[in-house]
Amino acid sequence: MNKLSIMLKGLIKENPVFVLVLGTCPTLAVTDSVSRALGMGLSAAAVLICSNIVISALRNIIPDKVRIPSYIVVIAGFVTVIQMLLHAYLPSLYEALGTYLALIVVNCIILGRAEMFASKHNVVDSALDGLGMGLGFTLALFMMGTVREVFGAGSFFGYEIPGLSHYTVSILTQAPGGFMVFGILIAVVNKITKGKALKKKEFGCAGCPSYAVCGKKTETEKEADR
Amino acid sequence: MKELLVIILASVFVNNYVLQKFLGICPFLGVSKKLDQATGMGIAVTFVMLVATAVTWPIQTYVLESLEIEYMQTIVFILVIAALVQFVEIVLKKYMPSLHKALGVYLPLITTNCAVLGVTINNVKDEYGFAQSMASSLGCGLGFLLAMVLFSGVRSRVDNSASIPESFKGIPSTLLAASIVSMAFFGFSGVIDNLFA
Repeated sequence: MNKLSIMLKGLIKENPVFVLVLGTCPTLAVTDSVSRALGMGLSAAAVLICSNIVISALRNIIPDKVRIPSYIVVIAGFVTVIQMLLHAYLPSLYEALGTYLALIVVNCIILGRAEMFASKHNVVDSALDGLGMGLGFTLALFMMGTVREVFGAGSFFGYEIPGLSHYTVSILTQAPGGFMVFGILIAVVNKITKGKALKKKEFGCAGCPSYAVCGKKTETEKEADR
Repeated sequence: MKELLVIILASVFVNNYVLQKFLGICPFLGVSKKLDQATGMGIAVTFVMLVATAVTWPIQTYVLESLEIEYMQTIVFILVIAALVQFVEIVLKKYMPSLHKALGVYLPLITTNCAVLGVTINNVKDEYGFAQSMASSLGCGLGFLLAMVLFSGVRSRVDNSASIPESFKGIPSTLLAASIVSMAFFGFSGVIDNLFA
């Protein structure tokens, strides 16, 4: 596979947020300002690249049965590293992200890429995939953050925009605004791509990359059989 | 007692985990199509939150803090929760098959549910004691259940509506409905403080 296409597909064609609809919690929670959104996106991207590299390097050593717990340990390790680095060098961002920083562990994009890509490809490809997906995630968060901060607070990166700061729609920076902007942006992506990019019309387990492994599939199928 | 009641009510209505703090969005949007599934998931999450807090609070206090290795919190908590969910599932299967039949489907899903990890970390961050932590977990779980049940009602109307434009069908309309439900919860802010003033 072309190295460049591995990286670029995460940015637009398979954008984890707008096309695959993964990682919705941080997308909604930390996008009330551009700086928080960027901080979250880059932290998650760093974790994703590192975990993809390590998991890909260990893919022949990790036994199949315990692979999910092993992935979680690797991811949690890198999240802890990022937490400590931010705490030491960017304490204001560390405070602003709060609990959501630790919650990168359960971000389904990261576990999903480990299971779908890193466990099957070599180290270089996995690193590129992590870079593309991480940047795609950051890009999506940046777009959400821009819309919400510009129209909700009349500022960009904390700097006031002249003329806009008197006409703010403050609900956009609050919880309902997150759902609203996210819904509208997905609809816009839908419209532009004429629904081609977004074949998936449903949330839920079937869309999750770890669907096949988390045990839900077999359990529900068993339920259905009964 | 009054303090615990305030914590429970505040986390159900004011700081609702799903609608105000955006934790546990995946199950909120994924499993809220039918009322019975939404209720089952809500009860399972409440149950796991309570058990997880009962286990992680002593670990944080007596192991991590006494050894001064608080930085291990993220790794330890996620592993404990993952192991716990498996353990609960095995125990329920063996000793309470009827309960397992009702909740079993939802349990594996909860391992990587950010609401469960979030509530245990937030309890530590807020420096809650054991009783307060349990109260906060109960409140967050009930808040999740309430949001799920309310939203499943809203969705049954939205999903069956024929007048949605093509690009808004599916996920976007669901998100806009969630936005309105979240707005409704704004009405509760300030109520709890005045109630006990």
